[in-house]
Amino acid sequence: MALAEKAQIFDRDGMRRALTRIAHEIIERNKGTAGVVLIGIRRRGVPLARRLAERIRAIEGQGVEVGVLDITLYRDDLDRLGYQPVVHQTEIPFPVTDKKVVVVDDVIYTGRTVRAAMDAIMDLGRPKAIQLAVLVDRGHRELPIKPDYVGKNVPTSRREIVAVQVEEIDGIDRVVILEERD
Amino acid sequence: MFKHLLGLRDVGREEILTVLDTARGMKEVLGRRIKKVPTLRGRIVVLLFFEPSTRTRVSFELAAKALSADTVSITAAASSVAKGESLRDTVRTLTAMGADMLVIRHPASGAAEAAARATTAAVINAGDGTHEHPTQALLDLFTMREAKGRLEGLTVTIVGDIRHSRVARSNVWALRAVGAEVRLAGPATLLPPEAAALGIPCYTTLEQALEGADVVMALRLQLERMRANYLPSLREYTRLYCITRERLRLAKPDVLLMHPGPVNRGVELAPDLVENAPSVIEEQVTNGVAVRMALLYLMLGGE
Amino acid sequence: MRILIRGGTVVDPENRTVEQKDVLLVDGRVAGVGADLPADDALVIEATGRLVTPGLIDMHVHLREPGYEHKETIASGTRAAARGGFTAVVCMANTDPVADTRAVVEYIRERARATGVVHVFPVGAVSKGLEGKELAELASLREGGAVAFSDDGRPVVDSGLMRRAMEYARMLGAPVISHCEDPGLSAGGLMNEGRTAYLLGLPGMPAAAEEVMVAREILLAELTGCPVHIAHVSTAGAVRLIRDAKARGLPVTAEATPHHFTLTEEAVEGYNTSTKVNPPLRTAADVAAVREGLADGTIDVIATDHAPHAEEEKDVEFAAAPFGIAGLETAVGLVFTELVHSGVLDLPAAVAKMTVNPARILGLAKGRLVPGADGDVTIIDPRLELTVDASGFVGKGRNNPFVGRKLTGVPVTTIVAGRIVMLERDLKC
Repeated sequence: MALAEKAQIFDRDGMRRALTRIAHEIIERNKGTAGVVLIGIRRRGVPLARRLAERIRAIEGQGVEVGVLDITLYRDDLDRLGYQPVVHQTEIPFPVTDKKVVVVDDVIYTGRTVRAAMDAIMDLGRPKAIQLAVLVDRGHRELPIKPDYVGKNVPTSRREIVAVQVEEIDGIDRVVILEERD
Repeated sequence: MFKHLLGLRDVGREEILTVLDTARGMKEVLGRRIKKVPTLRGRIVVLLFFEPSTRTRVSFELAAKALSADTVSITAAASSVAKGESLRDTVRTLTAMGADMLVIRHPASGAAEAAARATTAAVINAGDGTHEHPTQALLDLFTMREAKGRLEGLTVTIVGDIRHSRVARSNVWALRAVGAEVRLAGPATLLPPEAAALGIPCYTTLEQALEGADVVMALRLQLERMRANYLPSLREYTRLYCITRERLRLAKPDVLLMHPGPVNRGVELAPDLVENAPSVIEEQVTNGVAVRMALLYLMLGGE
Repeated sequence: MRILIRGGTVVDPENRTVEQKDVLLVDGRVAGVGADLPADDALVIEATGRLVTPGLIDMHVHLREPGYEHKETIASGTRAAARGGFTAVVCMANTDPVADTRAVVEYIRERARATGVVHVFPVGAVSKGLEGKELAELASLREGGAVAFSDDGRPVVDSGLMRRAMEYARMLGAPVISHCEDPGLSAGGLMNEGRTAYLLGLPGMPAAAEEVMVAREILLAELTGCPVHIAHVSTAGAVRLIRDAKARGLPVTAEATPHHFTLTEEAVEGYNTSTKVNPPLRTAADVAAVREGLADGTIDVIATDHAPHAEEEKDVEFAAAPFGIAGLETAVGLVFTELVHSGVLDLPAAVAKMTVNPARILGLAKGRLVPGADGDVTIIDPRLELTVDASGFVGKGRNNPFVGRKLTGVPVTTIVAGRIVMLERDLKC
């Protein structure tokens, strides 16, 4: 089975514009940056959260703190995987209690990752609110979860894979849809 | 990852580093106010201790609880299971009751391996006789790496009753696997020639063994060794092999002092060294929980 | 009752000949050995391609009866012997009660007559209760049928006691068999002291624990003139000491077990309690020395030290398991596979170590295939292959470290005093 590229959703500029728009929306929704923190979900949610923080600082002149969340220990599918996912460190060097926490991830699909992330954050404290920002919403939700900020809604089939590539990890900024070919 | 952890002799560098990397994430969890994640919900971990050991048992128990596993702790006097048949029967019974993992401490070398043969559950050796104590060695390596930033190329001097030490054996295999240099030091009666035959530098003069060491690990001296004439007296042992501040000056200036505990103060270590730098004995204890969490996760998390 | 064993290759260990001949047994004795003997009304056993040897003798077994019948009985142990090709066994005194009185020795012989299927020659204890303190009544034991004296299983620690035992035994014309072990050096040991013991964290028994006592027995043999037989030689140093003693003309003989000429301490890896044996499995250098000792005649005898234990006794942690290997049913296969086919021993030499040599040491009129001799015969198929499967043992002990090993050379027929007890691998008793 091979993966073939089916379509490109974002190029570098498209991704930049989407992130800038989401940054504006976060500021607007929260009426500024007071009490707002960003938490990126490992791996690709992390560089996206950092970029959003940069945009917000550029817009508001006021930075927001960024944390890193590893949700492996909260996954509900550990005994269904054929392998053991690597546990990385969670680095959230600030209290989340009474904060407006914006969880950042690259793609939302079933919603299970976000569920795990919310549980993890709840264990760290009691946020005032949790919001969700994603670059791509590809549908097929299995839980009642809906993102607050979306770069682009992309209807997909389950045979497809949405691959987000970021400069910091992959050396390029773009989002493509890959399709399984027999 | 391995199905059982019975010893470190056959565990490779990659597996050891995976455990240590995973333990880093676990240590973060232990730093939280709510020291619990749901990872192993519904899994049963049985702690089967045939030898008294509060520290290791509690460490495993906290590790399992932090991962939300259910724990059952059984402390049996070795005498009541002197007939090893009951070890096998106990293991089979616990397996039938649904144990996913057995953590076993036993005074007989090879007991963990015997248990592993009798069960479908995963088995962790929490110390078997004078054979191995792999989780202790892994937490020692974790502590060294955390302090030094590396393991490769470190010179680690292990001092004391090398002959009877399961901690020393496990550390030797693990340290060699990750590319550290191990030295062993102690009186000739407690320093078996087989260790030297394996190519491990052995010293009967403590001062030589300490020279330039990055890490010094003192082993607990079982006081009953005196009765079997391994040592003429405690006083003589202490005079020759007790780690003192002055002797530590022979090691690197940033030397790390370790001990698996519990310490016989004034025997293995000068009393003022036990709680003070460069001793990291308390960190070892903290790290023990994180490393055991990592092992539980790696051995139980997947199918 | 006449039996004709036809067309087999007869091995004569005394005259060192290997020739195709027939063997005729009449009324429990050898009536003739020669070419083309007439069958007449005899039962004919075709032995073409097989080896026909004097009945094999195992001079070191533990039959466990009386006292430990859950491990083995005279009935089960002698059947194991028959299956292993042995027509006679010499059983050690560490029973319960200990064979330290004439009554126990006679009881063993009586039970052997009643329930055994091969000849049983008991060994009497050196000391009362095997305690190494007071001499047993050796003369009474001898009169009761003891063929030798030994505290086997335990060493005789007190050199003074051993000296007196040898003086007394010499008077009685029976050898002393010594289990050589200095408990001060071996105490607490579970396997050979060395690399594997260090790796496994098991307390070791140094070779010196055996050698110290071998040296002592040689000195005492010299002092007393009593023949001493060194049981289960396992170290290179012991072989050397015995070789030197023989060169000086001292009345010293020795035996080695199949496990000591086959396995090294590395077999203990994995804590397999079937490898827990005393003296322990040693190093490759020791195995080589034992083989050399067998080849140059330093070691006179191959004996099994058959030491069966109940399965539940061995299925425990290594430290808790008793010492011992149940070896009767794998011995001949190991002799052929490890010694004969690999060229360590030629056929007459290998057979001698299980026939004439033990017979000579013990003063038994056995081990020869000549007219008038007892009708004890073993027929071996030297090319037959067998994979060791302990569940097929007829003895009670399953504690055998060779399970799964392929052996080439298998005893197929065993005849004891003219009675066929095993025919083509089937026990007839």
